[in-house]
Amino acid sequence: MKQNQLKHWSIILIILMVILILVSLLSLCVGSAGIQLKDIPHILFYGNGSADHSILLGIRLPRIILGLAIGGALSLAGALLQGIFKNPLVEPYTLGISGGASLGVCINILFKFYSKIGIIAYPLSGFLGASLVIFLVYYLNNRTRDIQSNRMLLTGVMISYVASSLVMLLMAISKSDDLQNIVLWIMGSLDEPSPVLIKMAVFGSLAGLVLSYCFCFDLNALLLGEDEAANLGVNTTRTKKYLFILASFLTGLSVSVAGIIMFAGLIVPHFMRMIAGPDHRILLISSFLAGAAFLVLCDVIARIIISPLELPVGVITGIIGGIIFIWALSKKQVTL
Amino acid sequence: MSHTLTIENLSFRYHKKTILKDIYFSADSGEFISIIGPNGSGKTTLIKIISKINKPEKGNIYIKGKDIQTLSNRQLAKHIAVVMQSVEPVAMSVEEYVLLGRLPFFKKYQFFETAKDIALAHKYMELTGILKLKDASINNISGGERQLAAIARALTQEPQLLILDEPTSHLDITHQIQILELISSLKKTLALTVLIVLHDLNLAAEYSDRLVLLNGKNGKIYKTGTCEQVLSEKSIQEVYNTKVSIQQNSVSKRPCIFLITQNALNK
Repeated sequence: MKQNQLKHWSIILIILMVILILVSLLSLCVGSAGIQLKDIPHILFYGNGSADHSILLGIRLPRIILGLAIGGALSLAGALLQGIFKNPLVEPYTLGISGGASLGVCINILFKFYSKIGIIAYPLSGFLGASLVIFLVYYLNNRTRDIQSNRMLLTGVMISYVASSLVMLLMAISKSDDLQNIVLWIMGSLDEPSPVLIKMAVFGSLAGLVLSYCFCFDLNALLLGEDEAANLGVNTTRTKKYLFILASFLTGLSVSVAGIIMFAGLIVPHFMRMIAGPDHRILLISSFLAGAAFLVLCDVIARIIISPLELPVGVITGIIGGIIFIWALSKKQVTL
Repeated sequence: MSHTLTIENLSFRYHKKTILKDIYFSADSGEFISIIGPNGSGKTTLIKIISKINKPEKGNIYIKGKDIQTLSNRQLAKHIAVVMQSVEPVAMSVEEYVLLGRLPFFKKYQFFETAKDIALAHKYMELTGILKLKDASINNISGGERQLAAIARALTQEPQLLILDEPTSHLDITHQIQILELISSLKKTLALTVLIVLHDLNLAAEYSDRLVLLNGKNGKIYKTGTCEQVLSEKSIQEVYNTKVSIQQNSVSKRPCIFLITQNALNK
């Protein structure tokens, strides 16, 4: 390991950690209850039982934790998928996973499964829809000997179109209060009241991060192309299969807990590739951290911009992400 | 003592079309062997089978006496390194790129390159003359320099067999000669076996110890042997369907191929 590279990587990690902490603190103080930063330690330690205490620990903290987990998971999934497909346009949603998940949730809302089995029906139906798409994309491409990246990508895009058309069909025939439910869910939100789901998101995304590191060298080799990676001893077919499943799991988890949050999985890995370089040893963790900070920051903006009402966080990630990305593209050429 | 590379009775079909049939040959350490033949005669396929990217229909391949089908991709990568026609653009430095050659040697929980890995990468960058470019991005160096980086990366794998698939086809004559001179000197200093696919018959004639001429018509080897044995007017006529005149290069005393064009015959 070269000294200057280690130094470069450490600096990136430290800066990202600092940003992450600052953004989380910001998110903790911002909101319609008007709690000041200087009061927060006092409320946390002595305010047990007060309204402010329960706002901080019961509402804002879980929201931050969920934002960190979902943002990290989406960006990590994007970094993995861009690494497998060697295509800069790939993100978790290009493969149709979100389409499948939203279709599942729409069906759940329309047929009122949630009134029979409870709140868990939302993520469950989203997860089932996402899994169905993963299975379809995989099955339709598995008959050939190798996973052919472009073919798989195209299949995903097509399934995504079919799924979103079906969602629109369901929206067109649904009653107005169901429609409201569907629209809110599709736009994405970090407002998740169930502690079980939050725990699931946190452990799922951390497990995904750890697992992805088993493949960081394989991903580095894949940067050179599939044949070159094979010549360097990588079992490319197996690696791509495992990584695809891992990325789909991370996306399915995020979509089913927080709805559709656009763009975080596309722009954050690109941005980190410009800053940290293409080496996946640093790219994976830095994408995770940056994605976590990005989503929490977008959530803060979504909450204050038309306060006391709040915007769906997916709208903010889409707008901010898109603008930053276009700006960055004009500044620097992006290559994988 | 087993050969570095032994190919026995190898056949390969693709979509029911015979590409390679009954291929036999072996290569020893310090040998420079060129695979030549027309387009579609299976030269690249042969290389992909040896590096286990394609699976043969039948036949066996041994590296130092070991059947490659019993080796994992990783184990094979410690014996064989491959340089392809060109290097795909990638936004990493030359040094990072060359260090990827150490990947097959990483231990199970190793996360960083060791001092030995870096020393080896520097040694081979020095040998190929690209050490001064170590911090440049692969995207920003010339095609010839990229091929040198690919060779340095391959050498960093410390292979017994170095395979090159038309490494000079995109390069001008200066870089063609530079690369082949380099490989030919490396084969001696590192006791490498070099297996190279070449389109340019004159380059093959100048540098090779032996030639393997593939016959595209039936997938078999048309002839294998020294340059003088393989390169004859008759063999080129039969394999390539092309009239040539073969004379001796007055400096190297190797066979040299002159084209006979219809245009010239009409005069």
